[in-house]
Amino acid sequence: MLTDLTIAEAREKLRAREFSAVDLTMAHLHAIETLNPRLNAFITVSHSQALDQARAADEALARGDARALTGIPLAIKDLFCTVGVRTTAASEILRPFVPPYESTVTAQLLRDGAVFLGKTNLDEFAMGSSNMTSAYGPVENPWKRLQDEDAVLVPGGSSGGSAAAVAARMSMGATGTDTGGSIRQPASFCGLVGVKPSYGRCSRWGVVAFASSLDHPGPFARTVRDGAILLGSMAGHDPKDSTSADVPVPDYEAACRRGVKGLRIGVPKEYRSDGMPAEIEALWQKGLGWLRDAGAEIVDVSLPHTKYGLATYYIVAPAEASSNLARYDGVRYGARQDGAELSDMYGNTRAAGFGAEVRRRIMIGTYVLSAGYYDAYYLRAQKVRALILRDFNDAFQQVDALITPTTPSAAFAQGEKMDDPIQMYLNDLFTVGANLAGVPAISIPAGLDANGLPLGLQIIGKPFDEETVFAVSAEMERAAGFTALPQLRAGG
Amino acid sequence: MSAYAIEGSTGLWEVVVGLEVHAQVISQSKLFSGSATAFGAEPNSQVSFVDAGFPGMLPVINRECVAQAVRTGLGLNAVIHKVSRFDRKNYFYADMPQGYQISQYEHPVVGTGVVEVELSDGSTKEIGVTRLHLEQDAGKSLHDQHATKTFVDLNRSGVALMEIVSEPDIRSPEESGAYLRKLRSILRYLGTCDGNMEEGSMRADVNVSVRKAGEPYRTRCEIKNVNSVRFVMLAIEAEAARQVEVWESGGTVKQETRLFDSGRGITRPMRSKEDAHDYRYFPDPDLLPLVLEENWIAALRASLPELPDAKRARFRSEYGLTPYDAAVLVAEKATADFFETVAKGRDAKIAANWITGDFFAALNRLGATIETSPVSAANLGALLDLMADNTINGRIAKDVFEAMVETGKAPADIVEEKGLKQVTDTGAIDAAVDKILADNPDKVAEYRSGKDKLFGFFVGQTMKAMAGKGNPALINETLKRRLA
Repeated sequence: MLTDLTIAEAREKLRAREFSAVDLTMAHLHAIETLNPRLNAFITVSHSQALDQARAADEALARGDARALTGIPLAIKDLFCTVGVRTTAASEILRPFVPPYESTVTAQLLRDGAVFLGKTNLDEFAMGSSNMTSAYGPVENPWKRLQDEDAVLVPGGSSGGSAAAVAARMSMGATGTDTGGSIRQPASFCGLVGVKPSYGRCSRWGVVAFASSLDHPGPFARTVRDGAILLGSMAGHDPKDSTSADVPVPDYEAACRRGVKGLRIGVPKEYRSDGMPAEIEALWQKGLGWLRDAGAEIVDVSLPHTKYGLATYYIVAPAEASSNLARYDGVRYGARQDGAELSDMYGNTRAAGFGAEVRRRIMIGTYVLSAGYYDAYYLRAQKVRALILRDFNDAFQQVDALITPTTPSAAFAQGEKMDDPIQMYLNDLFTVGANLAGVPAISIPAGLDANGLPLGLQIIGKPFDEETVFAVSAEMERAAGFTALPQLRAGG
Repeated sequence: MSAYAIEGSTGLWEVVVGLEVHAQVISQSKLFSGSATAFGAEPNSQVSFVDAGFPGMLPVINRECVAQAVRTGLGLNAVIHKVSRFDRKNYFYADMPQGYQISQYEHPVVGTGVVEVELSDGSTKEIGVTRLHLEQDAGKSLHDQHATKTFVDLNRSGVALMEIVSEPDIRSPEESGAYLRKLRSILRYLGTCDGNMEEGSMRADVNVSVRKAGEPYRTRCEIKNVNSVRFVMLAIEAEAARQVEVWESGGTVKQETRLFDSGRGITRPMRSKEDAHDYRYFPDPDLLPLVLEENWIAALRASLPELPDAKRARFRSEYGLTPYDAAVLVAEKATADFFETVAKGRDAKIAANWITGDFFAALNRLGATIETSPVSAANLGALLDLMADNTINGRIAKDVFEAMVETGKAPADIVEEKGLKQVTDTGAIDAAVDKILADNPDKVAEYRSGKDKLFGFFVGQTMKAMAGKGNPALINETLKRRLA
């Protein structure tokens, strides 16, 4: 099955002309045709554009001009602006929006020869952990509980469509964005590798903003090496993003072969919560064992402000979002609802255009920035954020990387955790720290829970030291030997 | 000078004023985008996706705008902050595409400074500058293009503004006018703002309160967006009078935002809807703190032009000008440059007299500026040369100057064409004097009997006989000799 290949394998075979880029793209478009009506992973499928790009890839291959991703079909989270292809952020308010520009990250993927299959579903404006808040309907996780095949599970969020597309073999890889865990949590729920690089590593230019200081573009893939290939293309300094870091992009693929011998690996004790399911605790210990066996030293470390991470995140992120989303006013683009006066037009447009979760976060964000509350909430959260960053810096004085579970549970079913937003926010418990600190983190599929659902482990590294994170991830991937497959997949 | 005061029924009231001046930065492109900033372009022709607040667009600071703010800070003798920060000021308006204005709230790029102003009685006063910060301008809403719709022009959206905030050091309308004119002069010298209030590139928010002598400050009102020096002065007068009346009638001045109605000469409150904002300032997460290097600031400092105060001092010491002439000549850089061109290698006082006298009068009459003047500095200098070398006398020079104003020609050509060359031929002067003395024997007799004042009569008659072209010194000398 062409759809079962990894990006690294497909790349070799394309260069060897074992099949064409058009063949590879057709196989994925076919998988989308078959599976997407049920999984709803794509909001927009760009069928003809994908084939055009595949044909161009074949011509490039014929010329011997093969680049890092020539002919590789990818799915793009519908938060990345793509020129001429509708970009919705899974919101009503952007339903008619077709960007006249290409985000830097997707432009770099295209530069390297990638084929874009379409735009994937997500939680509206990337706000959610279940993909249930999309205005374009929920996404179904291609994985099924062993004893309960009827339950429709969520793929996680916010990048749920990207995760489902890659897991179900509708795409070889995908872009995502991770603001509090939006790549790593769905990667964990869907048995994938999810990479959140350092803040500033991938340009945010042309990515619809949720929370500017926390938004991290990054890739989904089925192997660590594929994640490295994709990040290598997506990363790099962009003068159009003032927060983009002007540092060279190393060879991440090479880093995957480094091994972990002599590395010091930290286990943050604060992540060991009382309520943690035994099987997740067991998997965590197993993961540490793999690294010990491979020659790493395991060290207990402390990240003392961990318990404030979630509260801090849920102040900073809505605060920035409340301001970032102010531009969706119906005046210049997107969906407009008329009103008698300007303020009515705003009210009508935004009430009709934003879903409940987005409205909730705009209200929280507006509240924490308001006169009289700013010091108690936003300013204090910024101070705690600085302490959390210091925790990571202190820990990285002692160790090269940290290992934690990615999520407190495996994928849950649609409808679960829906009545209490706080329950939903707890999904980000282990992931928000890396966003607040801007440090790189990867989730890899490490095992299955009792229901046969994938569980991820998270590897966190020093700022701009993605190489070590890839090295550790690749070592754990080898040891884990994760071969389980989702029930719903191309050819499955 | 005697202090400005408002006489109320309960005694004298002092006026306390602080000004917030919004000055549009002269730069090729906007504060956070590459769009052009030219005035008067087709609506929405200078708008990038950043300026229009499109999804995923990000601001990138324009180095030149920062340099302009730093130059201005240096020109205001102000502290330059090596680390400053941009904040978002959040509010909704149709011509504010991002839903927030990027400004500097807590940490401005320029801190405290001082502006020295000259007052009409010849005294000077220092007005403190609290801060200068950079911010984006909004677009423009056009409400008069359609019966039910508002049109939006985003050309101005994102253009860099400097907000220059003064201390509440101003005590009269006159001082406010002197401060604004001085500030404008400094900005123009620096080339950081063109200061054209009519085009809106300089606007002022005026904070006014009144108090009895020795009291702490009372509640102030802010008069928004006043767009001429004269209106600022009138608005202060009107607002101060209103506040005195409120206090004296037993009321309390409410802190509020008001507008100046120049037609009626009063201030009135803005509708509360217009200013009931909670701006929810917070640091813009799309921008890193603005960090300036010492070397860079030093290079800007080294490249500053001579500013009005320094130039005025130099004009007094180098050219021996009166304080008044020096102040008048340095107010506009173009005037100062004009003066220096004329004065170079010539008698500077004569140059100053001609410029502040006949030349300014001619410009006024024509409604012209230095830039559009028909008389160039080189030609005015040449005219002074013709006087200095006795080619023409002072009286003829006035006629030649008028001809220069009319035709724009060089003075030598005019003198040549009209045959205005001064007569220094002693024979011709002798002949003219002889004739005048012969025609007026009675006056000669009166003069000789002691009526000295008649000397002027003989000079005038001689000059008239020579069609004004006689050399005055030679005529004097000849007359003295012949009347002795």
